[in-house]
This record gives sequence, structure tokens and C-alpha cells, in this order.
Amino acid sequence: MAAFDGVQASSESVFERRVTRRKASLAQSMSWSILFFGGILTVMPIVYMISTSLKWPHEIYDVSLIPEEPHLENYTFVLEDGRFYGWFVNSLVIATITTISNVIFDSLVGYTLCKFRFPGRYVVFIAILSTLMIPTEMLVIPWYLMSQSFGWLDTHWGIMFPGLMTAFGTFLMKQFFETVPDDFIEAARVDGQNELQIWWSVAMPLVKPALAALAIFVFLGNWTAFIWPLIVTNSWEMYTLPVGLSTFADEADVAWELVMTGAAISTIPTLIVFLIFQRFIIRGVVMAGLKG
Amino acid sequence: MCFNRFRAIALATATGTLATFSTETNAVEIEYWQYFFDARVTAMEQLIEKFETANPGITVRMTHFPYADYRTKVAAAIPSGEGPDVVQLFYGWLNDYKAASLIQPLPSSEFPSDSIDAAFFPMVSAMREGDSYWALPTAVRSLALFYNTRLFKDAGIEGPPETLDELVEIGRKLTKRDGAGNIIQAGLTLGMTAQDHHWFREGLVRQFGGEPYLDDYRTVNYNSEAGLKAMEFYLGLGAEDGIGAFGFMDEPQAAFKAGRAGMHIDGSFRIGSLNKTRGLKWGVTELPATADGIRSNYSSYWVNAITSKADGEKYDAAVRFMQYITSDEAMQIWLDVVGELPAKPSVGLTEANANDQIFGPFIRGLEYANTTKFVNESAQRQIMIDLVERVNLQGVSIKDALAEAAAAEQKLLDEYHTSKN
Amino acid sequence: MYKRLSIRQKQITWAWAFLAIPVIFYVVIRFYPTGNAMLISFQEWNLLGDRAWIGLANYAKLWNDPVFWQVFRNTFVYLLLGTPISLVLSFFVAYHLDKIRFMHGFIRMLYFLPFMTSAVAMAWVWRWLYQPVPIGLFNNTLAEFGIPQIDFLRSTTNALPAILAPAVWAGLGFQIIIFMAGLRAIPQSYYEAAHIDGVSKWTVLFEITIPLLRPTVVFLTVFSSIGFLRIFDQVYNMTTNDPGGPLNSTKPMVLMIYQSAFTDFEMGYAAAQTVVLFVILLLVSLLQLYLLRDR
Repeated sequence: MAAFDGVQASSESVFERRVTRRKASLAQSMSWSILFFGGILTVMPIVYMISTSLKWPHEIYDVSLIPEEPHLENYTFVLEDGRFYGWFVNSLVIATITTISNVIFDSLVGYTLCKFRFPGRYVVFIAILSTLMIPTEMLVIPWYLMSQSFGWLDTHWGIMFPGLMTAFGTFLMKQFFETVPDDFIEAARVDGQNELQIWWSVAMPLVKPALAALAIFVFLGNWTAFIWPLIVTNSWEMYTLPVGLSTFADEADVAWELVMTGAAISTIPTLIVFLIFQRFIIRGVVMAGLKG
Repeated sequence: MCFNRFRAIALATATGTLATFSTETNAVEIEYWQYFFDARVTAMEQLIEKFETANPGITVRMTHFPYADYRTKVAAAIPSGEGPDVVQLFYGWLNDYKAASLIQPLPSSEFPSDSIDAAFFPMVSAMREGDSYWALPTAVRSLALFYNTRLFKDAGIEGPPETLDELVEIGRKLTKRDGAGNIIQAGLTLGMTAQDHHWFREGLVRQFGGEPYLDDYRTVNYNSEAGLKAMEFYLGLGAEDGIGAFGFMDEPQAAFKAGRAGMHIDGSFRIGSLNKTRGLKWGVTELPATADGIRSNYSSYWVNAITSKADGEKYDAAVRFMQYITSDEAMQIWLDVVGELPAKPSVGLTEANANDQIFGPFIRGLEYANTTKFVNESAQRQIMIDLVERVNLQGVSIKDALAEAAAAEQKLLDEYHTSKN
Repeated sequence: MYKRLSIRQKQITWAWAFLAIPVIFYVVIRFYPTGNAMLISFQEWNLLGDRAWIGLANYAKLWNDPVFWQVFRNTFVYLLLGTPISLVLSFFVAYHLDKIRFMHGFIRMLYFLPFMTSAVAMAWVWRWLYQPVPIGLFNNTLAEFGIPQIDFLRSTTNALPAILAPAVWAGLGFQIIIFMAGLRAIPQSYYEAAHIDGVSKWTVLFEITIPLLRPTVVFLTVFSSIGFLRIFDQVYNMTTNDPGGPLNSTKPMVLMIYQSAFTDFEMGYAAAQTVVLFVILLLVSLLQLYLLRDR
């Protein structure tokens, strides 16, 4: 791996620096500035979220970005709520297992649909894709009845089973396997590897950027999922973070400063997952860059 | 009074028979659902404890869910037989649940409708159909006018308005605008999305001499001269020279809590949340009367009902639990813990309660309150929201918008009543 | 036995072996409930009690419901504005972001943050930014420059774009990451060859980058179209007091389905809408896959 890094770095440095740099430096710094300020603008609503989480209830409707007297009471309140950790752990367990399952199954199905020629291929693809076209709201009742007859209500398994494979991930992986040259796979077949080995040790490493993206999105999707976890759980102990945090809104009042606090806290794990996996999005370049 | 005692004895006997009955069977567990609200949960825990002590054969398991999604949750669970045996519902949802067969009527032997009519505030009769009651409240709510005492003092206003004319006059003094004419402080909050649609239906229409509905709420009747005058008055409050603006600070209660509105019409359930708002000094008074002193209010409540899931011994236990949570004792506990008004005048209208600085205006309001028999509360509220928006955003005349709303609501009522027959 | 199969037969065997578990999963967890919804669309069902067959009555009701046509129109406005705007924006950012080194990771994170943040919390912030004076940031800014107020959310014409904006904003990070992954899957050697030939930047973009990004573009077009046709979270959370309002001007199909099912308990009617939405989504996706196919 390190050697590949070297290959890419050197070819790039020799060439790009000399020819492009001077000419492009102005354009480069222009586009950097646009991206930077665009990025700052993009996160402004999130800055407001954090600012609100530091405010007292009576000033949450003020426009000012800086709270009159910033304080961490909201954070202590949320974190001291004994149930918070339980919700956090539930969400973490569910999001992690679901992510692993999706990375394996979605890429397996995506790979099969992309690299194998077999009757029914297109039908299977469209059929799986079509599952994206039914709103979850219409599925929760049948899922609920299903969970009830299997005894899955109010369990981790009950919360996670509908999301173990997704058409989204399958479609994403199928598209990215298209960028893997068939020659690689043929070469491995000639070497005598079986199809499972080829998928796992030849094809998978070549789509690491997509796998990383998939992992981030699946984790995130499950971390923020609301309607199904709400329907399938009955007890406080089984709530996921979003369901638990929604109790900060009651009939008379939505405690927005607490909602913002909860939202800010629950963004942290997803941020960590993002920071871990986004490194693979870079490394993928090296792999793909190698074959040319 | 005499009747009440008779009823109490009757109830006691009924309970007694049932009690002997249940000792022969094993312990029954029933499930109770309500939405999450700290004080309500605490109060219910106390009630359950007392109930279980009195009924050793029965245990009650309480589950609560986030308020905003409570309906969805209940609707998903009950049909599959997973839900509660006794469930708490907003009275305005009753018809939805009845139509969806999610709940069953209370047995008339234990809940004789005539004695309930006599013992509870009259508006509870909205829960009656024919000879049986479908649900009963522990507590009730009404509307009142909240006002910001600091803003009143700053504007040099002595006290809250007594009449609708005073409301406008005081509201004008409290309204502040910027150079471009945009309201930056409202005299009165406005918005059908909050409680104003109730104020219009059961308050203003009646005060302007009309009757919002006829035939036991089967016929829409606010598309009348009185209704038109009431709507003109209401929309006038938000017109260019008015004392408030629709959509000001997004939500009426937000504007009042932020101290940017002088007056705000809301229900008694808002008290707790206002108390928690730091730096807000407020008072509360009855809804303004007309010049001739006519008052009218709207009352609402959360009810408890037995779901269609409960049968056999669970049904019997559920009936007993229902009897307890609608008893005088339960109502007193509910008032003490939650601060909601008892559903029976005998418990609520005591001297002390009626003169209470905060609860007083609401309790006095109950005496002249009406309860709309909604067939689909959210759909009927939506019609009022749309009415105001047609006038304000599309420039439709008030008369036409009112006629359109009445027609839409009539259609909704007809559809419901024909589908049921 | 296996050894005697032809290469093609081996491939078929492997393919179905790989697909076995997923196919069972999809059939049980996805197709069965979907089929169920299709059946319910011909029935009258209030969640409990008997389901009565009523033929096409739900569809007839839908056809004659003016709200449905408004909602139908709204849904397509979300699609036709949302998809191109978000794709162009995210490609622009990804394309330039791909080239910069300084603070690359940080800037990428800035764009990705909205996607990670709770939709409920963000909807509230946006709702608040859109308010009239004295609390709305946008209108306060306008007022300072003496520009008349804009009714963002309380307007039948402005509300839909005002709600679309946070939807595009929230999805931008997702699309940027996918575009970045796609850009980085393009072999560097193509670019090096182009540099040596002295080809202009624009030619590189249109002759190399975009054609080689085709799988990514196909994915994002289809997926974000599905996303905008199924828009719900932003609308529901930004119009909580008047869902889909004012006057249904922002209501998308999924919100109408949600209300029919869980506010009105008209499961049959909700199912009929679901079937219509399903057909629309399927047609749009197939059309896109056909137009964007590898030629």
C-alpha cells in the first residue's frame, strides 16, 4: 500500500507542480475561497443550533448568534437524564450492526448484479430498486404485525431487521463495481480463485471509497431513523436516541433548547464515523489510480 | 347532592360485587397508555398505586409515549392487539377512534349515562352517544386570556380587558411597529393553528349572537350573519391597522413566551410551560365579554377509554380502573399534581378553586363553556386555518371564504355521519 | 458435478447462491408488505375490523380530489427543481474540492455536516431564519437595507422553494461525497495523458471527467429523484402547525399518505396514493436509467 502511495505522489508532484501550478494558482485560490466561504455559510444553521443549545429558554427566539449568558445547563440536563445513555447505546448497537450487514450484503448483491451474467439479472435489479419507491409509513403496519407474530416487538432485532439490507446500498455498490475493470476479475479466475474470494479480496478493495460512503450513510440513516423505532418499541429502555429525544417536546411546549442540545450531542458519533471512514475515500484514489 | 350520594352507594355496591368476583380469579394485568408529560405521569403513578391497593387482584402497567407521535403509535398498536386496555385520548379524536373501532363503549351498568350527565360538567356529554358513554375525563380545560404584566405596566395599562372593545383598545396600545410598518410587538397573538379556532367557534360566534352548529353538531351554522360578524372581527384584529399579525413569530405561544406579545388566548395546559419561562411575568383573566356582558368559552379534555382489545377479565379490570380514575378522589389528586381542572363541578367549583388567581378564570370559564363535537378535529381545524389563509394570502372575501369553509366542514360531517349509518 | 458446468452455468449458480439470502430478505421484508399495500388500495380499512372490497373506489376518490392534484403538482415541482439544482451544486463543489489540498478535510466536513444533523432540529432553525421581523434573520437583514419583507413560509408561492432550500442543503453533503468517490475512481492516468497533450481544462471536464463519472451520475440522478419525489421530513417539520400548508401549497405525496393513514385512518385511501406514488417513482427511475444508459 505504501508503495502505491509513492507511485501516485511522485507522478503527480513532478508533473502537476511544474506545469499547472503557476497558471492555476490564481484560479485555485479563487475556488478555494469560494468553497471555504460556501462551507462556512453551509454550516451557519448548525452554528445556530449550537448557539441555541447554550441559551436559556426565554432567549431562544432572539436572533443573536451569541447567547446573552452562555451556559451548559442544557447539556448537563440532557446528559444527567439517566435514560440518555441507554438510548445512546441502543442507537449505537443498532447502527453498527446494520452498517456491517449493509456493507456485506449490499456490496455482495451489487457485485453480483454488476459482474455476473445470468437470467433475471435486470428483473432482480429493478425489483430491489423498486423497494425504494414505497414510503416507510406504508410499511410500518405490516412490519409491526410481522414483529408481533415473531415476538420481535420491543427488541433490538425488531428495530433493526427492516434495514439490514437496502436498495440504496445495493444500487450504490452496483454503480461503483462498474468502475472495476472486468480484466481484474478474469485474471483472478484464471488464477483459480473462487467467486467468493474474488469478490472479497479482489473487487472489494477496489471500491473502498464507495464502501466508506456506504458505511457513513447507513450508519447515519439508522442513527436518525425515527418512525419505525417509535412504532416497534414500547419501553423507555429500548428507545433509540431520536425517539428518546422527541420526549423533549410535550403538549404545551417544545423545549427547543433541549432539542438543539440533543441534536448537537447526537451529531458527535456520526461525525466520528464520518472522520474515520472519509480517509478511505482518499485512499481509494490510489488504488484506482494504479491500474492506468 | 342527594343524587350524588345515591350514586356513590350504587357505585360502591357495584364495585363490591365485582371485587368478590375477582378474588376468585388470578391476578389480572391491564395496560394503560398515555402521552408523556412529567406531572401527568406522576399523578397517574399515584392513582395506580391507590387503585392497586384497593384492588389486590389487578395490576396496572403504565406506558407513555412522546406526545407528538402518540396518535400514530396508538393507531399502529391497538389493531394488532398489542396496545393498551385503557387508553388516554384527546376528546376530539374520539370519533376517529370510534369510527376506527379502536375503542368500545363503557358499560351502562357501571357508567349510567344519566347520572354521569348530572355529575360531570355539561360539555362532557360530547362523549355520550345514545344511551352509553364512550369515554370519560378525569380533568377538563378551558380557555382564558393570558397577559404580560410587564408590557401592560410599560404601556401604562391598568388591568386586563373585560370586553372585546377593551381588548382592541388595549391591544392597540401594546402594538409596536417598525418604520416599515412591520409589527415588532403584538397586542394580541393570532393564529388558527393554536387555540383561536376554538375561540372563534365556541366563543366569538356565540357572542355575536350565533350558534356555530345545529343538530347536535351535525350541521354547520357559522356561515350566518353572526358568524360573518365574528370572523370579520377576528380577521380585523390581524388587518393592517390591527393589534397583531398572523404568523407573527411563527407560533402564538412563542410570541407570548418571548415577551413580544401583550395578550394571548390559550388553554389551562399552558400554565406549566409559562411558569417555567424565565423573566416572563404574566397574569390571566377570563375571555373578554361582549358589551352586553355575554361570555362564551370552549372546553376540552383528555378522556380515558377502554380499547376494543380488552375482553374477559381484562375488560372487567379495565372497567374498574376507569371507575377509579374518574372518581372524585382521582380528580382531586389530578388537580393537586397536574393542575388540571376537575371534570365534576362538585369537585372543581369550590370557593377556593373558583377564586384562585390562576385557576379561577379557567374554572369560571367552564360554567359558560361549550365543547365542539368534532368528527375529525385536525381536519376541522385545518378548515379554519385554510379559511384565514384564503383571506390573507389569496385575497378571497371573508364572506366567500367563510361560506367555503362551512361547505367543506359540512361535507366532512356528512361523510362521517353517513358512513356510520 | 460443479466442475462439469459450463462457465456460464457456473456464473448462474454463483449468482443465485450470492443472491439467495438477500432475495428471501427482500421478498419477506419488502415485497410482501408492498403487495399488501396494493391489495389494501382496493379495500376500505380503518386499521381495525374488517376490510371491505370496494374495487376502484379509492382511486376514483383520488382522481376527483382537488387536493391530490395540487399535491401531485407539488411533488413534481420538488423533483424538477430539487434534482437539477442539487446535482449541479454538489458537482460544482465536489469538482473543485477534489482539486484543493489546503484544509481539504475540514472544508469537506463543513459541507457534510448538514447531512449528519437531526432533520427536526434543522427544520426548526430554518423555520426561524425565515420568520418575519423581528426574529427572522433573513427578513431582519432585508429590513436593515430597507428592502420590503418577504413572506417565505406564509405564502402559497414562496413556501415550496423555501422548504426545498433546506432539503437541498441537507442532501448536498451526501451528493458531494458520492461525487468525490466517483471522481477519485477515475484513473489518474487519463488526466496525465491529457496534461501531456495540453488539452484545455474544459475539454478535460467534458471529454474525460463527466463521461467517466457516468455510473456516479446515474446513481445520483436516480437516487436524488427518488428522494425528492419522496420528500417528507423537511416539509413535515417546517410546517408542523399546518402540515403541507399554507393551503396545501407545500404538501408532497408522502405527507398526504401519512395524513390519510395516521390522521384520518383511511388506510385504503393511503394505500391507493402509495400505489400511485410507486408507479410514478418506477416510471421516473426507469426513464432515467434508460436515458442515462451506457451507449
